[in-house]
Parts: sequence; structure tokens; C-alpha cells
Amino acid sequence: MSSEKIIQHSEAAAKFNKDVERVNWHDETLWFVRAKRDKSAHQIADWELLRETASQIKFNVLSNIHDYLVEFEANAQRNGIIVHWAADAKEHNEIVHSIMAKHDVKQMVKSKSMLTEECHLNDYLAEKGIEVIDSDLGEYIVQLRKEPPSHIVLPAIHLKKEDVSETFHEHLGTEKGNFNPQYLTESARQSLRNTFLTRKVALTGVNFAVAETGEFVVCTNEGNADMGAHLADVHIACMGFEKLIPKREHLGVFLRLLARSATGQPITTFSSHFKKPRDGKEMHILIVDNGRSTQLGREDFRNSLKCIRCGACMNTCPVYRRSGGHSYHNAVAGPIGSILAPNLDMSKNADLPFASTLCGSCTNVCPVKIDIHDQLYKWRQVLVKEGHTPKAKTVAMKTMATVLANPTVFNIAGKSGRFVMKNIPGMVNNKMNKWYDQREMPDVPEESFREWYKKNSRESKEKGNE
Amino acid sequence: MSSKGEILKRIKANQPQLVSELPDLNLLGSEQFDVLETYKTVLKGIGGDPVEVADYNEIINYIKSNYNLEKRLITTLPELSEIASLDWKTVDPHSLQDVELTVVKAHFGVAENSGLWVTDDILGQRVAPFIAQYLAIIVHKKDLVPTMQQAYDRIGKMEYGFGTFIAGPSKTADIEQSLVLGAHGARGLIVFLLD
Repeated sequence: MSSEKIIQHSEAAAKFNKDVERVNWHDETLWFVRAKRDKSAHQIADWELLRETASQIKFNVLSNIHDYLVEFEANAQRNGIIVHWAADAKEHNEIVHSIMAKHDVKQMVKSKSMLTEECHLNDYLAEKGIEVIDSDLGEYIVQLRKEPPSHIVLPAIHLKKEDVSETFHEHLGTEKGNFNPQYLTESARQSLRNTFLTRKVALTGVNFAVAETGEFVVCTNEGNADMGAHLADVHIACMGFEKLIPKREHLGVFLRLLARSATGQPITTFSSHFKKPRDGKEMHILIVDNGRSTQLGREDFRNSLKCIRCGACMNTCPVYRRSGGHSYHNAVAGPIGSILAPNLDMSKNADLPFASTLCGSCTNVCPVKIDIHDQLYKWRQVLVKEGHTPKAKTVAMKTMATVLANPTVFNIAGKSGRFVMKNIPGMVNNKMNKWYDQREMPDVPEESFREWYKKNSRESKEKGNE
Repeated sequence: MSSKGEILKRIKANQPQLVSELPDLNLLGSEQFDVLETYKTVLKGIGGDPVEVADYNEIINYIKSNYNLEKRLITTLPELSEIASLDWKTVDPHSLQDVELTVVKAHFGVAENSGLWVTDDILGQRVAPFIAQYLAIIVHKKDLVPTMQQAYDRIGKMEYGFGTFIAGPSKTADIEQSLVLGAHGARGLIVFLLD
């Protein structure tokens, strides 16, 4: 995996930015969702108290996660759920496959799970000859197009209805040129209903798992997780271990925050609590680490494990809105993804913490108060120290350090800089200068501040002596 | 699989030394508002239809005049046996695919988000509220609570195999953020608010 050539965020974003109209549309669409979030949050008098409470609950979880996991496993097993542990993506995929193999089943219906995206489960199962159909409409669309989701809550947010129409025409035989979302959704409904009715194994994600009761909660608007799970013989639920919360009553806090932060809805249509399998059926839970325990040990980045995957930080991020989810080359895009990704692979994802203005908007909307922009800033320092930043940048920064540290050099550099920018602007305003790429260079002042100050302080002194 | 021990060992070594206290949840849920009015407003806002009724007769009449009784209607409530069948609780859940309307009763509803709490013992079959084309849920007005805080107080240690909050009809906005009702589950939700 690490030998793959990764296109840097800035490069991918530059491609996305070529279609100005589409970028503006993408930007506005996400801002629309962000505005809905604001409206919804402002209707709750206790909003800030809720955020603080959620944050404190998650602190408690992180400081006690070992015991909660042991408690959860025991309770889940008592409920008749089969519990598995996976150290990494590979083991996660192998366990899922082993359950399929045990039942001799070659088809699966899946409800949205970003963890399985993180583990590249679909590709793995496809290699083993297993057909996976994603049932969340957005996931279904991107799956047909052989693309990854570009957003954790709105997987197809980068696509226009014309794109979806074209995709459905090709794969579902819908009317060419019919862009009506109602019509397109209905076609998917008919096609997926047949899938739900014929699959013996259903896989879902997990939004919250409760240590006290051994149950887990799955939130959807479409009801696809429920259609899959309640019709299949085997329900497999996959969760990162950080999804745990201590008690059932804590769900009250998180369910009030999740949908409001994600889409501005007061709650998702279905908040389903799975505690026991149906009589004679099987329910499995996979508890996955895949780098999370490492992140738990990084004090500066530990808080990122509080994330409840609402996507609010993406919707508000000026960089995400204008560069698109795919430019992040990671299952989780946007600000929170840029904190989680370097933990998984520093060299592959070293560019992501730099894909931010550090404006802090992400931190302000985060329902569990993760210090997102501070962590992005801290990752930059770690990545530079560990030598993961591009050579050109390192050289430039080192040169800058020398210049700034030496007044004489600084003076000469300033003077020659002003001379060049004024008399031979082509030397600066070219492709070699990354700063010039997306900005106009400023007008050059006649003199430096130091020169101006020297002159003026002398003048004012002279004036004072008169 | 043998990873459990390794994962737990790493977690124990890497989790913070000091255990943070759990916050006091009693500080939450004190918001004051008209519970019934809020319930109805929120439900309408997310695509559901509130219908206030005095008794089961009114519910029967409403269903008679709004749904095609020729189609398959199912319920868990003996009071509605005149219009919907009761003998489907042990059939293969796949055979419910042709159900036009499912009528069930909720334990309680939540005003702040219009969610209705149902569990498998009152659902008959877990898939029943999801697989039907339309869904109707009955709830007593006295069983409406203001926020999720009171909701979980009420759930408490309740025993169930499966339970869910249902808030409005199944929906999606995955195509250009256009709201479409009826994604995979019910295309419409009637909530009968019973005196």
C-alpha cells in the first residue's frame, strides 16, 4: 500500500479547482448544510452544555477504555452476540470473510460504515469472489461509479443530479436525461429492495456501543441498516473501539448532538438499538484497533478519538469545501480526517495537516469539542521534525530561518527582493513560486520598515528638539 | 482470533493515567416548552403527519378513508383487528414485503425530535415498521416527554432485543441535497396522538 503513488492534496485540489462553477456549487452546497446545523443548534438552549457534557463523557471513555471494552464484551456475549477483535484492517477483513465462508454465502448487503472503507473491505471481498452491495443511496451511487465516498455523511456530495442520472441510466436502465431526484431515488429503492430481500448476510457500522448493556446503536435516515439486518440470517457490525460509551443514558447526549451537527436534523429517522440477535439468527461485533491504540498514546492527538463522525468540521472547512473530499486520499476526509490519517501512515498522509487555513471553524462546530485546528498545527510540527515534508519546503524554511536570524542578511535579502519584484517581476511571478500560484504578488514599497523608521524617528527627534 | 489480548494490552499502556470523572447528566433536559405543540411542529418539519384522535374508533375511520383496505394492512393491536391483520408475528419476515401499512403503538414519544420509542415486543417483528410502504404509530399524548434526557430516564433498564427511535418517514437527501421521502423504509408516517 505504501508504495502506491499518492497524489498530494494540493495537486488533487488543483485538478478539482479547474471547474470553477462546480467548485462554487460544491462550496455552496456544503455551506447550506453548515447553515442548517447552525439553525438546529441554536434551537437548543442547552447546546453548549451538551457539547461540554459529550466532551467530558468521551474523556472518561478514553481514560478508561480498557475496562469499558472488557465490560462491553462480557455484556454483549451475555446478550448472545459473538464478539471478535481485529488488530488491523487485514484482520478485520479476514474475520468478515471467515463469517461469510462459514455460512457459505457469496453476497452481502452493506449499510454505511466508514470503518469498512478505512479497511478497504469491498476490494478484499471482491477478490474473494464475494459481491458486496452498498445500500445507503449515496454509497450505492459512488459504488456504481467505482469511486470512494467523498464525505463521511454525504458520500455523493461531489456529484450533481446529472451525474447520478447518467450512472443510473447505465447501471439500472433508468430513463436517459431524467434528472428528477425523486425518480432516481425511487429506482434505487426498487433495485435495493430486491437486494435486501435476498441477502443472507448484512453488515452495518456502529455509531455507539454501550459498555453497561452490551448493545450498539446504528443511525440512518433511509432505514437501510434495519432493512438489511432484520431480513438477514447474519448481522455483522463493525466498530472502531472508540465508539464505546459508558452507559445507555449517555446516548441521550450523543443522539441530541449527532444529527443536528451532521445535517441539521433534530435526530436521524432511525436510531436503532441492537441488543440481541433474533431467535435462531446470528449477530457479530468486530472491535477494531487499526492504529487507534497508537493514537490513544499520542497525547496531543488522543482527543481525535472522541470523534462521533458527524462531518460538521468538513461542512464548515473552507479548504474542504473548495477542494472536495477525494483530494484527501483517505477514507475520512476534511479536518478530522487530516488528524486521523497521519496516525495511520505518516509518510503517505504528511500533506493533509497542511490542507487547512487553521481558521478554527472546525473546532467551533465540533460537537465533542475536539481541538481540531490545534491538532492540525501540532501534526505539522511532528511531520516536519520527522522529515515528512517536501524537500522544497524544507529548504525554503531553512533558508528563511537563516535570513530571519541575521539582520545583515535580512537587510540585503529585503533590498534585493524589492529590487527584483519591482524591476524584473517575471523572476518572481512565475510557476516556480508556489506563493504566486494562487495569489497576486503585493506592490513593492519604496523602502523597508527599518529604513522608514530610521528616517522618521530622526525626523521626530529633530522636531522634538526644536 | 488472538488479537484481543494484544489490543487490550496496548490500550491499557496508552490510555491516560488519570481517570476523568463522568459529568452530571442532571444538569441537562431542563428546557421548557409546550410538549404537544413542539412534538407536532417537529414531526411536520421532518415529513411526518400528526393526527390527534380521541379513541381507536377515530383511528379506524381515518385509516379506512386514507388507505386502500384491499391491500395488506398489519398491526399488533387487537383494537384494530377490523381493518388490519394480527396473525403475522411468526411468519418469515421476508413475506411482509407486500405490506402497505403497518400500525403499531409506541412506548412514548420525544417532543424535541418527534422520535417514537418502539421495541421488538410491541413491533411484532423487527422489520415490520421498515418494510411496509407506509407506517402509522399510535402514542398517548400523556406519553410525550420533552427531550432525550427524559427519554432515557424513561427507558432506564428496560429489557429488549431491539429498540429504535423512529422520527418521520424514511428519507434521503443524497442526490444534490434534495429531500426525498421513502428511501428504503416507509414513504409516509402518520402519528396518531391519542387522548
